[in-house]
Amino acid sequence: MSTAAASTGHSKISLKGVTKHFGPKQVLRGIDLEVQRGQSLVIIGGSGTGKSVMLKCILGLLHPNGGTIHIDGQDVTHLKGREQEEVMARMGMLFQGGALFDSLKVWENVAFGLIQGKGMQREKARDIAMAKLAQVGLTADVGELSPAELSGGMQKRVGLARAIATDPEIIFFDEPTTGLDPIMADVINDLIVKCVKELGATTMSITHDMASARKIADRVAMIHEGRIIWHGMAGDVDHSGNDYVDQFINGRAEGPIQMQIRKL
Amino acid sequence: MQWNFLALIGSVILQFFGAVGRLAMFTGKGLLHCVTPPFYPRILLRQMLQIGYYSLPVIGLTAFFTGAVLALQIYIGGARFNAESLVSSIVVLGITRELGPVIGGLMVAGRVSAAMAAEIGTMRVTEQIDALTTLSTNPFKYLVAPRLIAGATMLPLLVLVADVIGVFGGFVVGTEKLGFNVGIYLQNTIDFLHMDDVISGLVKASIFGFLISLMGCYHGFMSRGGAQGVGRATTNAVVSASIMILTANYIITELFFAQ
Repeated sequence: MSTAAASTGHSKISLKGVTKHFGPKQVLRGIDLEVQRGQSLVIIGGSGTGKSVMLKCILGLLHPNGGTIHIDGQDVTHLKGREQEEVMARMGMLFQGGALFDSLKVWENVAFGLIQGKGMQREKARDIAMAKLAQVGLTADVGELSPAELSGGMQKRVGLARAIATDPEIIFFDEPTTGLDPIMADVINDLIVKCVKELGATTMSITHDMASARKIADRVAMIHEGRIIWHGMAGDVDHSGNDYVDQFINGRAEGPIQMQIRKL
Repeated sequence: MQWNFLALIGSVILQFFGAVGRLAMFTGKGLLHCVTPPFYPRILLRQMLQIGYYSLPVIGLTAFFTGAVLALQIYIGGARFNAESLVSSIVVLGITRELGPVIGGLMVAGRVSAAMAAEIGTMRVTEQIDALTTLSTNPFKYLVAPRLIAGATMLPLLVLVADVIGVFGGFVVGTEKLGFNVGIYLQNTIDFLHMDDVISGLVKASIFGFLISLMGCYHGFMSRGGAQGVGRATTNAVVSASIMILTANYIITELFFAQ
C-alpha cells in the first residue's frame, strides 16, 4: 500500500477543470472535485448530466478534452497501455447492468481480475472468488451457475464481488441500486457499506436514488449540466441552501432544473 | 431544410475517410496485439473450435454440391465443342483455385462474422468491454487477437477440406451420372492439378479468414445503441466481409496468381 501519498497530503482522487465533449455536445464543462483517502463520495444528479462520463474519465475508459485527473498525486489524465493498466489494477468498478461476462461461470467472473489481470493460478483464484461470493451473501453453488441464470439482485451482488475481488484501493459504483426493489436495494447498500469498510477503500458512486445516497455517502456532490454545483457532507444535504439540490432530493418537477421535455 | 449539394459531398467524403481511418487503426491495433503478450491460449483454442470445427458441416455440404454442379455445367458446356473430357480437370482447378476459398469464405463469413459481431456488440452495449478494461485486461488482446489468429489459421484448413469434398462431388456426378470411367477421371484430376493451385487457394483462404474475423470484431466493437445497434453491426459485418472477400480475391489473383 502506498501510504507515502497520504502523508504528503494528496487527495486520493483529484479532478481539476475536467472537460469532455462529444462532437458539438459539451458534456463536462469543468469539473473540480477532491476525494480524500477512505472517503465515500456520492455524486447525485439527473439523467444526462454527465455523471457516467465523469466516472469513465477517471477510470480511463474515456479521455477528457481538458483539465487534469490525479490519483494518489499521479497524473493519470492521458495514461495509456501498461501504465494505465497498472493504475487500473488498483481500481474496481460495479457497473450499472452488472456487465457480467455471460460466456463465463459466476465464479470465473469474480476471479477474472485475479486470473487474467494478476496471473493467479485458477485453483487459488477460485478459492478467493468463493470467499468473496460468501462475503456478498451468495453460496458456493451459485458460483457454478452462469450469470444469465441469476436474478437482477444476485447479478448486482456478483458484480460487487467481482469489483472487490482484487482488493482495490478505489471502487466506483455506477447506479448500484437502479432496477432493484427497495428491499434488495437496501441489501446492496448494506453490502457496499460493509465491503468498503472491510477493505478500507475510497469510493465514488453515482446515483439518483437518494435513499442509497444517504446510506453510503460520507460526502455528497451534485452535478448539473456538466458542473459540480454543490459539494458537502452527507448530513448537510437536507439543508444545503441550494435550490437545485433541494429540488433534486425532494424530487419536484417544479424548480430551477428544467427537464428537457415538451410541456403538455 | 436547406439543400447544400457541396456540403453533402463533403460530408460523405469526410465520413468515408473517417471510416477508412478507424478501420486501419483498428486493424493495426489488432495485429499488434496478436504478437505482444499476454496471450490467451484458452480463448484462442475456443475460437479455433468455433470457427474451424463447427463450420465443417456447412463447408462440406456447400463444397460437395458446388463440385457436383460444376461437373454438370462443364459437361453441358463442353459438349458444344466436343470437350466433355475436360470435366475432371476443370472441376479440380475451379475448386482449388477459386470456388473452394471463395464459397468457403462466404459461407464462413455468414456464420462466423455475424456471430462475432453479435457477441462483441452485445458485450459493448452491456458494458462488458468496459468491464474487461477495469479488470486490467486489454479487450484487443482478449477479444480481437484470438479471433484474428483463429480466422487466419482455420480457414485454410477448412478450405483444404472443401477442396477434397468439392472434387469428390464432381467425381460422384462425373462417374455416376455422366458415365466417366473411375480410373481415368481420377488420373486426369491428379495429372492436371499442380501444388501451386492448392497453395494459391490456401493463401487466399488465410487472408479471407483474417478479413472475416476483422469485420466481425470491428463492427461488434463499434456497435452503439442497444439491440438495434447490435443488429445493424451483425448485418454490416456479414455484408462487408463478403464484399471484402470478393474484392480481395480479385486483387490477390491479379497480383500473385495470374501469370
